[in-house]
Amino acid sequence: MAAQTLFDKIWETHLVRAEPDGTTLLYIDRQLVHEVTSPQAFEGLKLSGRRPRRPDATLAVPDHNVPTTDRTLGITDLLSAKQIQTLEENCRNFGITLFGMNDIRQGVVHVIGPEQGFTLPGTTIVCGDSHTSTHGAFGALAFGIGTSEVEHVLATQCLVQKRPKTMEIRVDGVLPSLCSAKDVILAIIGKIGTAGGTGYVIEYTGSAIRALSMEGRMTLCNMSIEAGARAGMVAPDEKTIAYIKGRPLAPKGELFEQAVRAWQQLTTDANASYDATVALKAEDIAPQVSWGTSPGMVIGVDGKVPDPRTMTDENTRKATEQALAYMGLTANMPITEITIDKVFIGSCTNARIEDLRLAASLAKGKHVAKTVHAMVVPGSGLVKQQAEQEGLDRLFKEAGFEWREAGCSMCLAMNADVLQPGERCASTSNRNFEGRQGAGGRTHLVSPAMAVAAAVEGHFVDIRNWA
Amino acid sequence: MQPFTSLTGLVAPLDRVNVDTDQIIPKQFLKTIKRTGLREGLFYDWRKQKDGSQDPAFFLNQPRFQGAPILLTRDNFGCGSSREHAPWALLDQGFRCIIAPSFADIFYNNCFQNGMLPVALKADDVLAMMNDVLTKPGYQLTVDLESQTVTTPDGTRSYFEIDPFRKDCLYRGLDAIGLTLQYETTIAAYETRRKAEAPWLFTDLR
Repeated sequence: MAAQTLFDKIWETHLVRAEPDGTTLLYIDRQLVHEVTSPQAFEGLKLSGRRPRRPDATLAVPDHNVPTTDRTLGITDLLSAKQIQTLEENCRNFGITLFGMNDIRQGVVHVIGPEQGFTLPGTTIVCGDSHTSTHGAFGALAFGIGTSEVEHVLATQCLVQKRPKTMEIRVDGVLPSLCSAKDVILAIIGKIGTAGGTGYVIEYTGSAIRALSMEGRMTLCNMSIEAGARAGMVAPDEKTIAYIKGRPLAPKGELFEQAVRAWQQLTTDANASYDATVALKAEDIAPQVSWGTSPGMVIGVDGKVPDPRTMTDENTRKATEQALAYMGLTANMPITEITIDKVFIGSCTNARIEDLRLAASLAKGKHVAKTVHAMVVPGSGLVKQQAEQEGLDRLFKEAGFEWREAGCSMCLAMNADVLQPGERCASTSNRNFEGRQGAGGRTHLVSPAMAVAAAVEGHFVDIRNWA
Repeated sequence: MQPFTSLTGLVAPLDRVNVDTDQIIPKQFLKTIKRTGLREGLFYDWRKQKDGSQDPAFFLNQPRFQGAPILLTRDNFGCGSSREHAPWALLDQGFRCIIAPSFADIFYNNCFQNGMLPVALKADDVLAMMNDVLTKPGYQLTVDLESQTVTTPDGTRSYFEIDPFRKDCLYRGLDAIGLTLQYETTIAAYETRRKAEAPWLFTDLR
């Protein structure tokens, strides 16, 4: 048998049928569903008289619209309330498990999948959400789809696909102190660009990737979509298996042992080849800060805001000028001189317990600057509970951070957590698009450690020389 | 789904790279539970000036581009969020074809689900068309799916690639789910085989 990549192995085991021209019917093991991209899919099922093929392999949760304040008060936004109510009705009518808004297991869809053991190695996982790439951290093929395809998977448990190309991104070496998975992925996007991965599934390899925890690997794979890639993945290892063991929806007993034997085969063969390869040295990765309105517009904290006048490519120069005008920044300004108004620690990128532990340890004994409003939004009800058991909430509150309920919150500002026009935010989320966190709002993407330091100082600082 | 065969019409220019789906339709319009009526949110933030009034300079507010069924734009169009509200909003505005040098994967895919044709042309061809659209009022293009060509008013033809399966579905306006359901027995056979190999994937998660 020819040498195979991790991607090849998962693809081959999910082929239901393949046409000579390469059009493939791919089996989908699991689907996650949230309130924003599913109502029209369920409506489509109703109109055509179809039923979900495998409600037993589908899990739903409201996350985008939920308030992060006291939920016993209900939702004041009527449209948000209606969308969440619609999800509840659809799940009831179609027999799909729902973690409701007041369920302790509720949270951001890409946090709860792994947390519950729903996400497993070697599986195909989809969700009507581009950050589904997160689940690739377990050696799964996981990707975002549109609402029509959500309906397609509900009705058939399959998707029509063409085989994507494969890209290896290899990161060897040891990351500098307090540099994290977030800095790695931002540096990768800075290097290959926001369309650098278009048409590819990325496999992250190398000693620096192996050294990441499961949660770090989730942060890494999460932002694969920001590089344009369909999916990102990391081959499973002992850390993966240890993480999954004992989770509520993970296989148990002999079934678990059998699964582990299969998962241990999920590595890229030694002589397999990728369609493209990119390499980075971990030692070269400084703490990253995005300065523009696209995740590829990013630089080390020790750098300066780029100067469009030095750019020869017209598209790049124009995009840079537009970005600087929107962001209210001037060329050649040191990144550490950018002052901020808001800090958001949260999102499917960086709201897991390790993120909160690190952030709380750095906030301990310090205080948020007078000019800054800072909030922490845990990724799930269970992350929040765990953090509170460890006293992290107290550390945050003593340092002047707000401690909220779980949800997507200010990552995309569909709920009440919104930037005002012109406000500047250091955010641990994944997108710095114009208006993403509120019309006219200005987003700088950073790691949790960098966000805490910026909250305390009121401007960006190099975390390597702080604390 | 409405078939797409051939289209001749006005071209509207959006001369920007990396237009993300948050710009195509901002979050506040995602709270709907319907597919229709999304035109109101299309490029919502770019359409307006700081005081909230419509920006007369934005292409969608210019009388000369009203009713255009073809949108001409730049690289990596539709990047970011998977929201299908983006093609729904473009379609609701009347766009059935989008021409750009490149598209983001999920957006590209979502177009075909809605009877829309995304056409990837060489950057130089797009650049030339962009210059013409901006300088020649009433500029039209003809997009023909069968021959996979875009023809300019002076008769210059540019060829584009498209996956044969997608082309066929779009050309005939086929229901994608209905097509897959024709293979129901193949899907069931796969499930039986797979359940024997990997039984842990078939435990009821409810």
